Amino acid sequence: MARMLQRYDDRERMNHWFIALMFVLAGLSGLAFFHPSLFFLSNLFGGGSWARILHPFMGVLMVLAFLGLAAKLWRANVVTDADREWKKHMGDMLRGNKAALPPVGKYNYGQKMVFWAMLASLLVLLVTGVVFWRPWFAPYFPIDVLRVAALLHSIAAVVLIAATIVHVYAALWVKGTTRAMTRGTVSEDWARLNHALWHKEVTGGR
Amino acid sequence: MASMQSLDVVARSATTTPTPQVRTAAPQVAKLIDESKCIGCKACQVACMNWNDLRDDVGTNIGVYDNPVDLTPSSWTVMKFFEVQPKEGSLEWLIRKDGCMHCEDPGCLKACPSPGAIVKYENGIVDFISENCIGCGYCVKGCPFDVPRISAKDNKAYKCTLCSDRVAVGREPACVKTCPTGAISFGTKDSMVAYGQKRAGELRDRGFQNAGLYNPAGVGGTHVMYVLKHADNPALVDLPKDPTVSPMVSLWKGIAKPLALAGMIGAVVAGFFHYMKVGPVEEKAEKEEA
Repeated sequence: MARMLQRYDDRERMNHWFIALMFVLAGLSGLAFFHPSLFFLSNLFGGGSWARILHPFMGVLMVLAFLGLAAKLWRANVVTDADREWKKHMGDMLRGNKAALPPVGKYNYGQKMVFWAMLASLLVLLVTGVVFWRPWFAPYFPIDVLRVAALLHSIAAVVLIAATIVHVYAALWVKGTTRAMTRGTVSEDWARLNHALWHKEVTGGR
Repeated sequence: MASMQSLDVVARSATTTPTPQVRTAAPQVAKLIDESKCIGCKACQVACMNWNDLRDDVGTNIGVYDNPVDLTPSSWTVMKFFEVQPKEGSLEWLIRKDGCMHCEDPGCLKACPSPGAIVKYENGIVDFISENCIGCGYCVKGCPFDVPRISAKDNKAYKCTLCSDRVAVGREPACVKTCPTGAISFGTKDSMVAYGQKRAGELRDRGFQNAGLYNPAGVGGTHVMYVLKHADNPALVDLPKDPTVSPMVSLWKGIAKPLALAGMIGAVVAGFFHYMKVGPVEEKAEKEEA
C-alpha cells in the first residue's frame, strides 16, 4: 500500500466540519430571507420567526469556529511569488493539464484565494450581522447604517457561498482530496501531484 | 386584517406570482391632514387607541407636548409639535399628526422577506398582516418615513392600518371620524388631492405663500397627504423633502437578488459541466503502484 501522509489533525478536521455544518444551517436560513423563491427553506427551522431567531446564532458560531481554524492555517495561506507564477497557469489547471503547473506548497493560489475570500466575507458577515441583529443590537444603530449593513451582509453572503462552491467543487474534482478532511491523510501520490513542495517538506524529499 | 379573501390585494411582500385581485372596483382612497386646521388636541390619538384597542405604556414627560415622544408599537399615530422660525423673527407653532403615509410604492413591502406579511390593497392601503411577520426589521429599513415599530413583547412590526377594517366596510378611519376641527378628511385619492390643493390655495391667499400639498412623487404619491403651510420646507415638521425608497434597499432587494441567485446556481451548473468536460484530476501513478 502506498504511504499515507498526515494533512490535517483531528482538531483541524472537527473544526472544519463544525464550520461546514454551521455554514449549511446559517446559509439555508439566510437564503430563506434572500429571495422569495427560497423562503420555503425557513420551514427547515420551524418557520420564518424561528429561522430569523436561529440564523444569527449559527452564523456567529460559524465565524468563531472559522477564526479558530484560520489562526492555525493563515500562515500557510500567505500568497508568495511561487503563487503568482502558478496564477499564470490557472488556465492549465482548469483544463486539467496538471503537468504544466509549477509545484506548490501546502496550498495553491486558488485555495489561498478561497481562504482569504472566506475570511473576509465572514468578518463582514459578523460585523454587519451584529448591527441588524434583532432584537438585541439593531435598535442601537441609525436606519441608514442598518440599510448599508443589510446590503453588505447579503453581498458578503453571496461571496462566501460562491467561494464555498469553488471549495467543494475543487475537493470533489481533484480525486483523493476529500479524505484529507474525512480521514486526515492523503496518499503520497496525491501530494506529489498536487502539492509537490509540501510533499517534499513533510517527507524530507524521501 | 386577513387579506387574501378580500380579493383586492394588488401587492404582497416576498411573493413572485400575482395575488387574488379580481375585485378592482374599489376606488383609491386617501387621508388628508390639514396642518393649518389642527389644534393639537390629540383626539385622533385617542380614537386610534380606542378603535384599535391599544394601550401604550405611560411614558415620561420630556417638557414638550409630544406624548408619547414618538411612534411606538402601540401608538400608531402621534401628534408632533414644532416651534420653528420659517423666516427670521416669525415664530410659528406647527403641529403634525405623524403615522404611516401609505405609499403608493411602499418601501416596507419591497424590503419584507416574509410572504404576505405586508400587503397593499386595491384602494391603496398598505397593511401589516402581523401573523406572517417574522420580526426581522427589514420594513424599518425599507420605510423612507421611519414609521414601522417592532414590539419588544412579540417581535412583530406595527403601524397605522389606515383603519383598513373600517374602510373595507365603508367607514372612514377612526381618527378622521373623531377630529373636532375637520383637520383630517378622508375620501377618494382624487377628491382629496383636489381638496388639498384648494386648501393650499386658500392658505396662499391668506399669506402663506409656500403652502402646498405634500404627496411626494418619489414614492409614487401617498395615501396619507398633508396640507403644509410651508410645503417648500417640509423638514420644518420633520418630513423628508423628496422621500424615496433608499437606493441601498432597491439594490439589495431589487437587482441584487435575482442576479446573485442566478450567479450561485450558475456556479454549481458550471462546476457540473466542467467536471463532465474535463474529468477529475487523478494521480496517474496509482494504477502502477497498486
